[in-house]
Amino acid sequence: MQLITERREISSPLFRFSAPLISIALALFIAGFLLLAGGVNPLQAYREILIESLGSLYGLSETLVKTTPLIFAGLGVSLAFRMQIWNIGAEGQIYMGAMGASWVALFSGIDNHWVMMFAMFSAAFICGGLWAGVAGFLRARWQVNEVIVTLLMNYIAILLVDYLIYGPWKDPKGFNFPLTAQFSDTARLAEYFDTRLHSGFFLAIFCALLLFLFMERTIWGYEIKVIGSNPKAARYAGMKTGLAIFTVLFLSGAIAGLAGFSEVAGLQHRLQHGLSPGYGYTAIIIAWLAKRSAVGVVIVAFLMGVLLVGGDSLQLLWQLPVAFVYAFQGLILFFLLAADFFIQYRVKLVRGGINV
Amino acid sequence: MFEILLDATVRAGTPILFATLGAIINERAGIINLGIEGLMLIGAVAGFAATHASGSLLIGVIAAFAMAFIAGAIHAFITVQLRGNQIVSGLALTMFGIGMTALFGRGMVGLTIDGFERVAIPGLSELPIVGKAFFNQDLLIYFSFLLVVAIWLFFYRTRWGLEVRTLGENPAVADTCGVPVNRYRFLAVTIGSGIVGIGGAYLSLAYTPMWIENMSAGRGWIAVALVIFAGWSSPKALFGAYLFGGITAMQLRFQAMGTTISAHLLQMLPYFFTIVVLIISTLRLQKGAGQQPESLGLPYDREDRK
Repeated sequence: MQLITERREISSPLFRFSAPLISIALALFIAGFLLLAGGVNPLQAYREILIESLGSLYGLSETLVKTTPLIFAGLGVSLAFRMQIWNIGAEGQIYMGAMGASWVALFSGIDNHWVMMFAMFSAAFICGGLWAGVAGFLRARWQVNEVIVTLLMNYIAILLVDYLIYGPWKDPKGFNFPLTAQFSDTARLAEYFDTRLHSGFFLAIFCALLLFLFMERTIWGYEIKVIGSNPKAARYAGMKTGLAIFTVLFLSGAIAGLAGFSEVAGLQHRLQHGLSPGYGYTAIIIAWLAKRSAVGVVIVAFLMGVLLVGGDSLQLLWQLPVAFVYAFQGLILFFLLAADFFIQYRVKLVRGGINV
Repeated sequence: MFEILLDATVRAGTPILFATLGAIINERAGIINLGIEGLMLIGAVAGFAATHASGSLLIGVIAAFAMAFIAGAIHAFITVQLRGNQIVSGLALTMFGIGMTALFGRGMVGLTIDGFERVAIPGLSELPIVGKAFFNQDLLIYFSFLLVVAIWLFFYRTRWGLEVRTLGENPAVADTCGVPVNRYRFLAVTIGSGIVGIGGAYLSLAYTPMWIENMSAGRGWIAVALVIFAGWSSPKALFGAYLFGGITAMQLRFQAMGTTISAHLLQMLPYFFTIVVLIISTLRLQKGAGQQPESLGLPYDREDRK
């Protein structure tokens, strides 16, 4: 008796569509044991997650609040994934976007709301874009590994924001807390229904729509796909791959930077320490789970929003560390990768073994 | 002054050295492992927990190796047996490591242990300048010296080492020659991961003998970059790790001297230098210095053999 694997002629469509769901279910199952080991009843914990995030109108609004930066960052990462470029630096790009927007909000002195919004938006777009653009330039020019560069720049970005809020940008009236002064009303996005839901959410949805059209309906979107799947063929077809790599990483970082804009303008109204609890890392999972599709990103970002809101309440109830959510996300990815195998291969039990 | 700095350099460089050595073993067999950061944390928390419970530092180091070995086995199974995407699996491992160690380490915050103590090697430790820094250190540092030599000998002086290197260059050839590709790759990933775990244990058992959430602080990623700098060779990894130890030591020294430069800006230096070093070593690699394993990152399926 021997186990052998054999490539499927065509990948199983049923399995392809159900794989993400099966992966999440299995991850929930295994995470349950981990919670149990950590001294928490998993069923109670999961119930709590659902009730807190979806059980009330307020809970739902909080979930959408968390979904907002995840959509932006997820879109950014998935754009780069399309081209087989790994942008692991969305976290840093969020911080840089937030920094750019805050700089405009605090020091520009613009007094018209719409001009202010446009200026903050642009600053975040450019700062996030340039931050990722560094990795894009290095990759396009000298083939420097973009995974390591984007990741290390996260640490630099967070330290840079820390430097500003502990130093030159610190609120003089802030009792020495590491944060800037509050933004004026001019620099705030509209909020709805007496909740914390702000117009950044609708901007994120709009952004997803634009990116969908860009990827599926324009020649540039097509080129990105070709360069990603076969760079040699792309070069023969006369596509400028170097320029495309830089542009895509710039745009990828710029969109992630918008998450920073929406966080400071819509929610936090100031630049502060820990302004993103790892949205940029969650974005990687979102992009992978969504199979790089813009619509998929919105759906998966919402699921992750549920998880994050639930995770926060678990922290309050059982003092579970917020980082536990990462363990869960890691598990989802493991199972998703394993599922990919079963989509492509079938496993057979053969009597007596085979002779090769 | 210089002696103190050199001593701090070796101590700060050692966790990165272990991590880089572990990553080299992975990549020599053709598997990229971006889980290094997570594995360091797993090693750190497992080592600390085992030492705190047993009172034995040796048991702590063994536990760190074992837990990182097991966690590495997840990555190995997914990338070797299931031929999954190595980059995504490694990232998943890092996230898993960060989350798991936060969960299981929460009861250990604030606890203390007696960490590794210095053991002077008679004679050698009295050498001028370098004596104190290299030969009046703790046992784990001496172990890291041994490991550098052992890994070099393994890869360049043994048949197994040659076979593992072939896996990274051309697994189809190795397969044809009768090398069990999957089994050896699996072992390279798990053993390499275990060594990374010891690097994490160095943090929690010797460098700062306590557990702090996320205490590896990006060292795992620096190690991933150093593998390229070292050209996949263990002696050069030693040099690279101490280079970063030196930058860290200098930055801490500056802070201790009460400089007016912001601590946040100084803390950026190691990350910034890693990027610079990565650019330089990538350029050198393209000019033919050192060789990246040819099949690095590519899954191997016997059916695809040509």
